[in-house]
Amino acid sequence: MTLLELRDVGKTFGTVIALDGISTTVRAGEVTCVLGDNGAGKSTLIKILSGVHRPDRGEVLLDGTPVAWSAPREALDAGIATVYQDLAMIPLMAVWRNFFLGQEVTKGWGPFRRFDSGQARRVTRQALGDMGIDIRDPDQPVGTLSGGERQSVAIARAVHFGARVLILDEPTSALGVRQAGVVLRYIAQARDRGVGVVFITHNPHHAFPVGDRFLLLGRGRSLGDFAKGEITQEEVTRLMAGGAELDQLAHELRRPTS
Amino acid sequence: MIFAFFAVQSPVFRSVRGVANWLDPASTLGIMAVAVALLMIGGHFDLSAGVMTGTTALTVGVVSTEFGQNIWLAIAVALVLALAIGFLNGWLVTRTGLPSFIITLGTFLMLQGLNLGLTKYFTGTVTASGIGSTPGYDSAKAVFASTVTFVGSPFRIAILWWVLFTALATWVLLKTRFGNWVFATGGDEVAARNVGVPVRRTTITLFMTTAAAAWFVGTTLAVRLTSVQANAGIGNELIYIVAAVIGGCLLTGGFGSAIGASLGALIFGMAQLGIVYLGWNSDWFYFFLGAMLLLAVLANRLVRRYAEAARR
Repeated sequence: MTLLELRDVGKTFGTVIALDGISTTVRAGEVTCVLGDNGAGKSTLIKILSGVHRPDRGEVLLDGTPVAWSAPREALDAGIATVYQDLAMIPLMAVWRNFFLGQEVTKGWGPFRRFDSGQARRVTRQALGDMGIDIRDPDQPVGTLSGGERQSVAIARAVHFGARVLILDEPTSALGVRQAGVVLRYIAQARDRGVGVVFITHNPHHAFPVGDRFLLLGRGRSLGDFAKGEITQEEVTRLMAGGAELDQLAHELRRPTS
Repeated sequence: MIFAFFAVQSPVFRSVRGVANWLDPASTLGIMAVAVALLMIGGHFDLSAGVMTGTTALTVGVVSTEFGQNIWLAIAVALVLALAIGFLNGWLVTRTGLPSFIITLGTFLMLQGLNLGLTKYFTGTVTASGIGSTPGYDSAKAVFASTVTFVGSPFRIAILWWVLFTALATWVLLKTRFGNWVFATGGDEVAARNVGVPVRRTTITLFMTTAAAAWFVGTTLAVRLTSVQANAGIGNELIYIVAAVIGGCLLTGGFGSAIGASLGALIFGMAQLGIVYLGWNSDWFYFFLGAMLLLAVLANRLVRRYAEAARR
């Protein structure tokens, strides 16, 4: 089932063409990887998907109908959750407070309406457990968690609050090899629960094991939109680095043979 | 510890009457310190908080005496004015994104000028006096400035209000969604906005809360003293911040408590009158204050480091 579809989307800032002619699909229970080097237009794409920017050309379709969000809140209400790289959690606040931040469960009425902390702690532990995340104590500040754990909690939070499409902005780029593996496992978990995942990265080694579809960006243009099996990891790497440019570089760096 | 230090050396300090005496300055200061602590947890400062107690007290005085209105009407006018100033502070800070330190420094100086200029304009002097003979004064006095006799000593009612406000602020911070938003706004504004916290509304509400506290304290002063100097409250804004910091608030926001700020105010009251009871020169008060502030900041840092190390 196709959740989200991009048709020939483009965005211009002044005279700079940030994105042009981008098309891809995000299906329920699949991972669409967006790959590109720095400046390829990945963050502009995220901002269009999450409702921060509106595209100047082309269409974004949700469940087959064109949408035009004017605020991130509207995208969020439509079930599109975005987890930003370093900006998903408040370090000094407890895990359970972070988990419910902005969507607090309340009990009581009128002036006595209050944040149901018991329920929040219980649900946090439960939701993290369901994703296979073992947090020792939901009362510890998020700042004491590792980078991978933080991303995992943010993913669990989005899934718990009913995200149908989950956009992950470079969730693995600041992490070591093992931590990145942990995050990839939770991406697969979210996928298996029927969420459509948009996984933005510049690392083909992270994209390939979980990806079902690969959108390659280069300088704001699409370098191709491939289903798994249509392309190999080597080709992806080559295309990302600009193909011929990489060959040229390899040639330049070769040891002189005397 | 502070209590023990003064209590051992001065019998007056540890008597019930002595306690009532040093709780009094602590109470009005504490009400402000609690509101300022909430604002600091939310990541902002309000340098106009001190002068605003003067502005509201003068408004109560001028409206009730020069315009001959019922004092309750004057108090209501002062509240509306305070909320408007608080809203303006919050609106400017959220709109411009400039540091609240600068914005409220501006309102501080403007209010200082207005307090003097308008008081002179309306009364011809630099004091608004004669509040005690306005209609409705007796009921206002019962609410804001009466005393309650307890174990044979008169306690100011402001102490009761202080305890109530501290409890209320603690409840709001820890048990409501607004409290969660305050911590989040001060902790990381961008992240808070990303997950759907109404950051702007939270910030403006905090500035208006601080202004409302200034209104309460200003009214208390006006009703208690029945005459208000045009320079009332100036300089106190830093004392509120010091009390909040002694109570464990981080200058960078995102961390702190209302009870801590109240304890900070309590230490303040003790020190202020303790020095008098010991017969020391009160000039030393500010030295003592500065030393307390430094000690508190260092102690907070140690505690936080220890807590973080223990978790790993």
